[in-house]
Amino acid sequence: MEAAEREEKMKEFKYVVKDAQGIHARPAGMFVKEAAAFPCSITIEKDNKAVDAKRILGVMGLGVKCGQEIVLRADGEKEEEAIAKLSAFLEENL
Amino acid sequence: MLLEGKSVFGGIAIGRLSVYHKKENQVKRSKISDPAAETARFTEAKEKAKEQLSALYEKALKEVGETGAMIFEVHQMMLDDLDYIESITNMIETQQVNAEFAVAATGDNFSAMFAAMEDDYMRERAADVKDISNRVISILHGEEQGGLSNGEPVILLAEDLAPSETVLLDKSKVLSFVTRFGSTNSHTAILARTMNIPALIGVDFPNDADMAFGIVDGYAGKLIINPDETVLAEYRVRQEEEENKKRLLQELKGKENITLDGKKINLYANIGGVADVANVLANDAGGIGLFRSEFLYLESEDYPTEEAQFTAYKTVVENMAGKKVIIRTLDIGADKQVSYFNMEKEENPAMGYRAIRICLDRTDIFKTQLRAIYRASYYGTISIMFPMIISTSEVKKIKELIAEVKAELDSEGIPYKNCEIGIMIETPAAVMISDLLAEEVDFFSIGTNDLTQYTLALDRQNPKLDGIYDAHHEAVLRMLQMVVDNGHKGGCWVGICGELGADISLTETFLKMGFDELSVSPSMILKVREAIRNSRVS
Repeated sequence: MEAAEREEKMKEFKYVVKDAQGIHARPAGMFVKEAAAFPCSITIEKDNKAVDAKRILGVMGLGVKCGQEIVLRADGEKEEEAIAKLSAFLEENL
Repeated sequence: MLLEGKSVFGGIAIGRLSVYHKKENQVKRSKISDPAAETARFTEAKEKAKEQLSALYEKALKEVGETGAMIFEVHQMMLDDLDYIESITNMIETQQVNAEFAVAATGDNFSAMFAAMEDDYMRERAADVKDISNRVISILHGEEQGGLSNGEPVILLAEDLAPSETVLLDKSKVLSFVTRFGSTNSHTAILARTMNIPALIGVDFPNDADMAFGIVDGYAGKLIINPDETVLAEYRVRQEEEENKKRLLQELKGKENITLDGKKINLYANIGGVADVANVLANDAGGIGLFRSEFLYLESEDYPTEEAQFTAYKTVVENMAGKKVIIRTLDIGADKQVSYFNMEKEENPAMGYRAIRICLDRTDIFKTQLRAIYRASYYGTISIMFPMIISTSEVKKIKELIAEVKAELDSEGIPYKNCEIGIMIETPAAVMISDLLAEEVDFFSIGTNDLTQYTLALDRQNPKLDGIYDAHHEAVLRMLQMVVDNGHKGGCWVGICGELGADISLTETFLKMGFDELSVSPSMILKVREAIRNSRVS
């Protein structure tokens, strides 16, 4: 019950990066721009290390390579919209 | 003096060398008394830097296009990154240091983070953080960043060049880039490829090379400083040949493959792997007339999976953007051996267990390839071609297997398109029954190498026979005519994908014979196009 509740509270999306170059500068820039447009807090996580998805140096600093899994989490106002928009971005660009 | 490096783009450049000196920003640490005012100084410089970057973005957009320009937008975002800004303002406030020092120290920290990463591409990004930090520091110092001053076009030697430096260079003044550091992913390398000029990296040039005379050989990865007369003359000839080639390319690119009296023919390219597609497009081929699929098998240690094959075919097809791609199914055996097939030694491999004979015997391997091809067909225009055919029963068997593959895909709901089916005509048997074969397929493509050796009973790998081997033998030419006539009668188009197709002394003959297509190596496309445009069929 408790776990389900937590899931209810925070929206998340798991994704395995397919782009051969990983999350490189160009898509990282576009991704951060999309994320920054939402009021909720958004994080992106790889290997249990989470960074603010609205900060480009942090996102690039994760060094996400092709075939690695990332988890996107949004918490707060418009979190559902944020996850929908950003997951679509990942699927289309990475 | 001869220096070796790694080539990132081919070509020959001859000219004066110019060593690019970076403006070093000497940053001194000093104590400040008003952190709020210092933070405001930083913010103002940062905004100005963003304005400059925005101007650079516009300039790069015009010069190298959106992909190349995007880096300046990323730079602007880096300057707005909260981690970056907070690190600087914290340093100013808590340590009471000047803005220049705080920016330099923060830049070094982030740059070190990227430099420590595993991935080559990400390591290169260390230069980006340094670059934006230097820009802010220059503005705080009240300086402008430097560029090229020399009047005559030069071979530019540098430690490495940041994108903000390369974009400021007058491109008409650069013959070639040579850098001491950098990688094939560095901006300089990308820019060189876009500008189509030779570039080398990893060249440890002497610092006093400035103003010396030099040659860059972008094919061999060499920088020659103060070459002697003989070497210089040699390279001048090569450079001229290159320019002629480039001119031909410019003149013939986008032109139709049409004779003086108006007959058109398709001119396609032969490729042996995914990497060749760039060459196909650069030479303006109308499609791919022979995609040798063997590389997938020769390059791997075990049978290539359906997925690996699908990815390779799809990549090629998507890059060709709707233009025709003719994939020839597995053609191994004879001179192309693959260890994991565990084939027995044969007395006479050229006439042995090879190509379609293996495929129709080991249908598991063959069907895997057909599935991969049909799946990729959904993403463009694929035709399939089968090698070493000698009978209609082989073709019928192939069609049964294709029907099985399609039924499987249908039941799995995987999309595909119907592909044109054709065969290679490379045995005298296929020539003699080409009227019957034409009823079974959509096209013929003549493999002249094998057809000539089987017709003349001459082993083309035996050097002793070079003198007798005659590619223009009347027997072969008569066979070509027979195949065209029978093909056309049966509703097939007919092409040539063997070496003879690129023989420009025969181009007019082929056109007169009525061929519909010639497929040649990418580098021959424009030469053959020129021959077609100088031919007359009537």
